[in-house]
Amino acid sequence: MRIQCPYCGERDLSEFAYHGDAAFRRPDPDAPDAAARFFEALYLRENPAGPHEELWYHASGCRSWLRVTRNTRTHEILAVSFPKPSASA
Amino acid sequence: MHYSIFNLMRQALSGHRGWGPAWRDATPKSTYDVVIIGGGGHGLATAHYLAKVHGISNVAVLERGWIGSGNAGRNTTIIRSNYLLPGNNPFYEWSMKLWEGLEQDLNYNAMVSQRGVLNIYHSDAQRDTYARRGNAMRMHGVDAELLDAAGVRRMLPFLDYESARFPIHGGLLQRRGGTARHDAVVWGFARAASDRGVDIIQNCEVTGFIRAAGRIVGVETTRGAIRASKIGMAVAGSSSRVAALAGLTLPIESHVLQAFVSEAIKPFIAGVVTFGAGHFYISQSDKGGLVFGGDLDGYNSYAQRGNLPTVEDVCEGAMALMPAIGRVRVLRSWGGVMDMSMDGSPIIDRTGIEGLYLNAGWCYGGFKATPASGWCFAHLLARDESHEVARAYRLDRFASGHLIDERGVGAQPNLH
Repeated sequence: MRIQCPYCGERDLSEFAYHGDAAFRRPDPDAPDAAARFFEALYLRENPAGPHEELWYHASGCRSWLRVTRNTRTHEILAVSFPKPSASA
Repeated sequence: MHYSIFNLMRQALSGHRGWGPAWRDATPKSTYDVVIIGGGGHGLATAHYLAKVHGISNVAVLERGWIGSGNAGRNTTIIRSNYLLPGNNPFYEWSMKLWEGLEQDLNYNAMVSQRGVLNIYHSDAQRDTYARRGNAMRMHGVDAELLDAAGVRRMLPFLDYESARFPIHGGLLQRRGGTARHDAVVWGFARAASDRGVDIIQNCEVTGFIRAAGRIVGVETTRGAIRASKIGMAVAGSSSRVAALAGLTLPIESHVLQAFVSEAIKPFIAGVVTFGAGHFYISQSDKGGLVFGGDLDGYNSYAQRGNLPTVEDVCEGAMALMPAIGRVRVLRSWGGVMDMSMDGSPIIDRTGIEGLYLNAGWCYGGFKATPASGWCFAHLLARDESHEVARAYRLDRFASGHLIDERGVGAQPNLH
């Protein structure tokens, strides 16, 4: 498996560290249902068989965080970009 | 048909033409008391114990492929009960006890071989960790011995004792641990369950759930609709996909674990050996091949195969521990789909949806759990309460904070 790093080019899997599902959005800690929302965000996963949005860290390269869309059935990389900054403060 | 030496002689005298299929190729009925989704070791064991222990035999096991084609057919065959935490220890020991009587119970040769499991340690701190684990085992009545370096050397003289980087200080030994032939376990449970009236239905994929009055009352499948008042999911790496059909999201990530077998060599490794300075474990099959594996690849996958960095990593572990096998050729490698839970421990619980039950989260340790998983899931399905040794395996433990973090690495599935 190779990931196309926007800075470094196509690099082998061994250069990257996997963070996991990119779907995590930090819930509002002051919301009334915060406990339930934090539980869902931390522990529940869609875990799809197919295209999966995930975060990888180019540990042995430029050390950028990359947002990767990868097919979990075939390992085919469908898209790579830099993650946008999160909207919440 | 009962297997025995007398039957074998009778069959031999008649040219072996009298052997029948080991389980019935049942046509699915429209209704059962219990439907089990998943024809792997756990699903079939559940059906067997439902019939044998609880007298519930109006049961169907639905398997989308052929039975044992998932992780039951892909594991490295290790059985052991050397766990640390009170939530795990009694469960795996119950499984070990079931292994010890399994072949008599099933009237099937599952090649249960209690050849010993030795976990090597490489530092004083690791020795203390293994001593703690050994003491936890003994407190639960499980056999455990702590060997020093000389003790390990007597058992395994060919390990690398000169290594300055990974010096061998000793090992934690469970003599009752060992291996079992994974395919035979599947077939043995299938035959025993089928003989008791359980319908095993292959090539039958669940495509949806049937609901009525707020509860689940059946499944839609590729072989038609099947109704049941209780439906148990035992689909390991496919848990999220099947649960999603019921609108459930699980605390599970599916990851690939690779495993390897080498060309056959003369008897060399008598028991199961694990490396303490890296994740590597090895044993030798009766055919002579070395069966070994190591870490997860580390990313979500349903591909049932992994990538080369992990292959390299596992082989480096082998070379660090026993360079003597360096010239043995790797014959085959493959992968499975591990249902990694958030704390590395399993889930045997109701789902919160009436009529639907969950058995999942076995990570890469499900094979040794096969008998107890079936026993406890059958207990839950039959009595609607958790079995004593599985009481901690609740689905809500992540929300309530009662995680069973056996490895002590935290709530991330790819670390376990």
